[in-house]
Amino acid sequence: MATVPVAHGLLLAGVLFALGLVALLGRRNVIFMLLAVEIMLNAAGVAFIAAGARWGRVDGQVMFLFILTMAAAEVSVGLALVLQFYNRTRTLDVDAATSMKG
Amino acid sequence: MNIIFYLAAAVAIVATLLVVTRLNAVHALLYLIVSLLAVAVVFYTLGAPFVAALEVIIYAGAIMVLFVFVIMMLNLGPQATETERGWAEPELWFGPALLCGVLLGEVIYLILRMPTGTTLARVGTPEQVGVALYGPYLLGVELASLLLLAGLVGAYHLGRRAPHEEPGGGV
Repeated sequence: MATVPVAHGLLLAGVLFALGLVALLGRRNVIFMLLAVEIMLNAAGVAFIAAGARWGRVDGQVMFLFILTMAAAEVSVGLALVLQFYNRTRTLDVDAATSMKG
Repeated sequence: MNIIFYLAAAVAIVATLLVVTRLNAVHALLYLIVSLLAVAVVFYTLGAPFVAALEVIIYAGAIMVLFVFVIMMLNLGPQATETERGWAEPELWFGPALLCGVLLGEVIYLILRMPTGTTLARVGTPEQVGVALYGPYLLGVELASLLLLAGLVGAYHLGRRAPHEEPGGGV
């Protein structure tokens, strides 16, 4: 098992999170925005695993399991919303979502 | 083992960069799977083999398959890439990229300044994870099951067709 500086693990998490954030802010396609959210959740998991490896405890891994569960629930609801959105507007542009109860 | 960590981290960052810049949704999805597999290797080198397996099975397997199914159901066709190219204006990217770059620079500076130490070369076995999960974190497990149930009901409710769109269809 590797003995890398934990700062490098945290840097990896930071870079991945920033990439996901840029994609979330810059994209207009709903599918890509959901992908960006997945990238950011995964980056948070990397930070937890790195911090857990720093202290040699499994709490970081347990937290990652919770993040995994939340990501699964989020993506199922999110994709169902995307399908409804596409059925109503015939586009994936988030700017088209300007009315509620359409 | 250290070189494996750095190689996998580099692959993860490059693959994620490609996810962010692709115009075709399926290409982005495949690069994201590569990125998730690289992150699984990172987890393995950090002494978390159980989480590495879950990353492959659930993230790269189940969640990405959901995305593939939805992209297939949307049936976007070749003109979707052209539409995406029209949306990907450089000035649209400039502001968010600049601001996120500033924030990332601050985070990197702070992480490199603080004394953090190195990771221990110790493996957190699946047995230890299970003992922790069903010991101190039992309430969290119950809450996670509630969350999954809510997600299931929500996805079912949102996924069915509205009655006026298709009479007799759905509930």
